Amino acid sequence: MASSKLLRSERRDAYLMLLPWIVGFLIFTAGPMVASFVMIFMNWSLLTPPTWAGLQNLQFLVHDYYVPLALGNTAYYTFLEVPLHVAIALAVALLLNARVPFMGIHRTIFYLPTVTPIVATALLWGYVFNPQFGLANAVLGWFGIEPLRWLNDPATSKLSFVIMGLWGFGSGMVIFLAGLQGIPESLYEAAGLDGAGRWARFWHVTLPMITPMVFFNLVLGIIGSFQIFSSAYVITNGQGGPADSTLFFVLYLFRNGFQFFRMGYASALAWLLFLVIMAFTLLQLWLSKRWVYYEVDRGGLG
Amino acid sequence: MANQVLDRRVVTFGSAAAHGTRLGARRAEVRRVLRTIAIELVLLVLGIGMLLPFLWLITGSVKSEAQVFAWPPVWLPSPVQWENYPKALTILPFATFFRNTIFIAVLATAGTVVSSSLVAFAFARLRFPGRGPLFLLVLATMMLPGIVTMIPRFILFKHLGWVDTLRPLWVPDFFGSSFSIFLLRQFFLTLPVEMDEAARIDGASNWRIWATIAVPLSVPAVTTVAVFAFINSWNDFMGPLIYLNSMDKRTVSLGLAAFTGIYSAEYNLMMAASVSALLPVLAVFFFAQRLFVKGIVLSGMGGR
Repeated sequence: MASSKLLRSERRDAYLMLLPWIVGFLIFTAGPMVASFVMIFMNWSLLTPPTWAGLQNLQFLVHDYYVPLALGNTAYYTFLEVPLHVAIALAVALLLNARVPFMGIHRTIFYLPTVTPIVATALLWGYVFNPQFGLANAVLGWFGIEPLRWLNDPATSKLSFVIMGLWGFGSGMVIFLAGLQGIPESLYEAAGLDGAGRWARFWHVTLPMITPMVFFNLVLGIIGSFQIFSSAYVITNGQGGPADSTLFFVLYLFRNGFQFFRMGYASALAWLLFLVIMAFTLLQLWLSKRWVYYEVDRGGLG
Repeated sequence: MANQVLDRRVVTFGSAAAHGTRLGARRAEVRRVLRTIAIELVLLVLGIGMLLPFLWLITGSVKSEAQVFAWPPVWLPSPVQWENYPKALTILPFATFFRNTIFIAVLATAGTVVSSSLVAFAFARLRFPGRGPLFLLVLATMMLPGIVTMIPRFILFKHLGWVDTLRPLWVPDFFGSSFSIFLLRQFFLTLPVEMDEAARIDGASNWRIWATIAVPLSVPAVTTVAVFAFINSWNDFMGPLIYLNSMDKRTVSLGLAAFTGIYSAEYNLMMAASVSALLPVLAVFFFAQRLFVKGIVLSGMGGR
């Protein structure tokens, strides 16, 4: 029959068009995930063939002093940077959405740091945070505050990275801007007719309608921040800062894999991080039912 | 008093307009202007704050060695040492670095656009069993931490003999990127089906429709995908760090990172090199800016 032949050719075309992604998924995602899981139970230095190690890597991981240290550093950074990042992004998006002149220029300026190569950003801020000649202490001086040692002081090194991360709030901001512009005017009009003032309209219309974006930014933000690597590697020369204070987890993983050539152990570390991130993502998903508001007939995905 | 007109000013300045007086409306107007000015001021201050590091970068790039270490810091360097630029870019073979980086970025962009638009078209326009679950899988990979596949991918490329070549940095992009697929699929869904159907009646195949209808009509989304792909490729550090060793294979990111080693004290040269690395990416960004943000808006509005 004509219709089923059409359906069959459509199906065949679909599978052919999907082929790149499916093949890529198998080769570059699914396969490697299985492989890295298997590698947890092996010792592999790449210079010699792999040998079976059983639970050795896992045992080492449990007793490894650096694991809780690196996780702690990373968690400190993530849970400080991400909420602030989202809050600032939302605040600025709200300001920008208030129909001020030069919105395009403001938006560009705020988005610029996101477009900057990460190495350039890291080098730049390394210099900004220089205790003797850096911009940061110069700015503190304008307000009469004593200079800090920033990246050279274990107490403030992670904070410096947080500030660096916050400089890139533009990435979250554009998502919020898009979301804000998607809120139908009719909702505001209806609220106004019911006598809602500006604050009430913000609290009862804007905020609920924007919660999906907040959730999106929080989830992706945590996933991304947990994997912070490049800026730390560049600034601390792969060392992890004064007294291991900026030894972030992926930095430690990189060291194990590409400097000590302990691929099996590095795989174990990778899976540990993966599970930690998954746990936080699922937690957020579970919590989201309480506070994220979805429009009922938004069509959804797929 | 019932007000028939859904005028925005009436809604916004309820109390003032309820008086029905012109003075009330004007007072509200003044309030609105003041509010706009206040917001503009905050944005201005914030904008200047955001730009300060860039200003620092640019002024630092033309400072002499002495002024780089001056305290309090010098904002208008004199002399303006333009020689920092050729010096910084030849101390290490930046010409080679730029050539490699451009090569990788262009291929990565082309691969991403072609493969992702193809896959996205299938999801948006074609019916097949498993479409829903498969799309969810695509979305799931968007959230996958890259760290868990990094090492096996390295080993794979090592087996292929591709370590210390540029290939690991652009070949995977020819297999579609989840984020790009998502963005393009959302956009394709907004295209009218009638055009497809008209083409089909004329005997066009799905491939023809993809190439001559879907993609050309999707300039904002395709541009967004292309710009994102280019910028991410250009700015990538970890990839080149893992795969590229020889000096003649390295990218600009690696070249910049070298300034933390031997030349770590030469802040002015480091800044000059950084500015040079920044300029191409900024140029691409500015060039596509309008379409870029429109694309993000589209992805934000579609299907959420």
